[in-house]
Amino acid sequence: MSDATPAAAKPVEAIASAVDRRKEQSHWFRFYRRNGRALNAFLALVLVWAVFAVNNPVLFLNPVYYNAFLFTVPATIFLTTSLVFVIVSGELDLAFPSVVGAAGGVFMYLVVLEVPVLAAFLVTLGFGALIGLGIGAIVVYGKISSLVATLGLNFFILGLVNLLAQGRTISAPDAVGTFGNRLLVGKWELFDTGLQIPNHFVWALAWTVFCYVLFKYHRFGVRVQLVGDNSESARQMGINVERIRVGVFIFSGIAAAITGAVLVQMANMVWFPTSGKAYLLIALAALFVGGTPTWGGVGTIFGAFFGALTVTLIPSGAVGAGFAGFWTDFLFGLVIILTMVAHRFSGARVR
Amino acid sequence: MSGQDAPIVELRNIVKRFGNVEALSGVSMTVRKGEVLGLLGDNGAGKSTLVKTLAGVHDPDEGEIIVKGNARKPWTPLAARDAGIETVFQDRALAPQHSIVTNIFMGREITNAVGLIRVQRQIDEANRLMREIGFTSKVFNPESTVGHLSGGERQGVAIARALYNQADVIVLDEPTTALSLTETQKVFRFVEAVKASGRTVVFIGHNIYHVWEIADRFFVIDRGREAFEGEKTAFTGADHLIEMMHQLAETGKADTDTLVNAA
Repeated sequence: MSDATPAAAKPVEAIASAVDRRKEQSHWFRFYRRNGRALNAFLALVLVWAVFAVNNPVLFLNPVYYNAFLFTVPATIFLTTSLVFVIVSGELDLAFPSVVGAAGGVFMYLVVLEVPVLAAFLVTLGFGALIGLGIGAIVVYGKISSLVATLGLNFFILGLVNLLAQGRTISAPDAVGTFGNRLLVGKWELFDTGLQIPNHFVWALAWTVFCYVLFKYHRFGVRVQLVGDNSESARQMGINVERIRVGVFIFSGIAAAITGAVLVQMANMVWFPTSGKAYLLIALAALFVGGTPTWGGVGTIFGAFFGALTVTLIPSGAVGAGFAGFWTDFLFGLVIILTMVAHRFSGARVR
Repeated sequence: MSGQDAPIVELRNIVKRFGNVEALSGVSMTVRKGEVLGLLGDNGAGKSTLVKTLAGVHDPDEGEIIVKGNARKPWTPLAARDAGIETVFQDRALAPQHSIVTNIFMGREITNAVGLIRVQRQIDEANRLMREIGFTSKVFNPESTVGHLSGGERQGVAIARALYNQADVIVLDEPTTALSLTETQKVFRFVEAVKASGRTVVFIGHNIYHVWEIADRFFVIDRGREAFEGEKTAFTGADHLIEMMHQLAETGKADTDTLVNAA
């Protein structure tokens, strides 16, 4: 009896290790293990779309329906993909909506002064980087929790913009249709399908790929991940942890500036001080639906991209699918919770 | 002086104070090229201050640090690394959610001119370093996540990382503390491989049996001073060393006359 136990345990172990080996060898298993969170986000998008499409196939299979979607989604994409860096580094940025508003104002101020649109755009990016540097410096060198600091700074910057604008909006109808304006937000039809592709959607795609390469294959992105995973070890290995942390806020500031300049152009060159305010919770929801965990160290750019598509699809899609408007918040919450559960299955935090 | 016995690191009369507390009161220690030096001492003996001094974390208040014949001043972590001394701290300083290769190149990534990482070169280099210390397995490869490795394997990652950068001296701070028997054996294999590559190892330990098994020579510190040192051959066995450590703890002095005088 005493030697029955190892004999009985052996086949079980053998099977278990054989299964493990099979799993290790399977290309798909490895692919899923490396990209599980991004794939979950993609599945969530497909599932939400499928539910809507089943309810109203005529609408959802018509390319023209997506014109408005493709027109509005880039703002969330710019913001969400860049926030991945902030969250992965172990920080939080709640100040980006105010930077969106402020940057839009700077952009329009320059355009009204008849600065060419592209030049104004580049200056606006520099402005975003500068504000990001300021926010980052306050958080990192002031040693303040980024949650509290950026919450305060969001109100502060928004308030400052309101004080300067005194409730006025800025518009520059003359700049609509200029070369720079068409290059940034112009539209073109995809092969006679009726589907209008806005240029800022193409830029958002390019931005996503840029973020992906920066995050995964550039020294900066890898160090952001290491700082978020174990900042003490990063410091011991000679990484300038403070500089990396300030860097993610600069990056977030640049993305907010792009969004600000794009938003005013989407509104035919009209800026109002609170533009950007609506994106705070949307962009953060998209980030987490996209599969970047809250604890830092790891994250996914493509997941964030799919998350941005999902959260943009839900409010308009729900109405299109025949749900009464009252349903949208409920569906929104349901999708967020369900994707969180799905992400949980792709692994808890490794320590 | 033969090549084997040539000192690679010499600490001379090192004094280190923290406020009114003198953690090290004039310690002189020589590390010889190619040896495994076991550094022993009770809690509070000054062991970790000495390790941090070797690593450059502490710049001594008095005394000299001589590496390969040159006195080094100022003494910083960067200076220690430049002098070829790599320290693997007790907490191993790893990022558990990331791959072995990312951990090995943490802070010293191989990149092109615009900062993009040369992925394949890093993997090849990681493979080479891992093979060098016999740190290979069918179960994991350079792209495996560190958090899925056992304690001894994680020590292997930290040692492989220390080898990158052509370190001559590897300081291991309690590498086997909190490890099981099999995991400890793994770490010993890594240390043997590091020694076989001609490098020098300083092995700090709590468990005297562990240090006995791996070290060629022992340096025992007590209350901030050297208590005694000796070649492995000067002791009749691990129990002899333990007996002397007990005497030291009880009377503050070990009977060095019992040491066998090796020629």
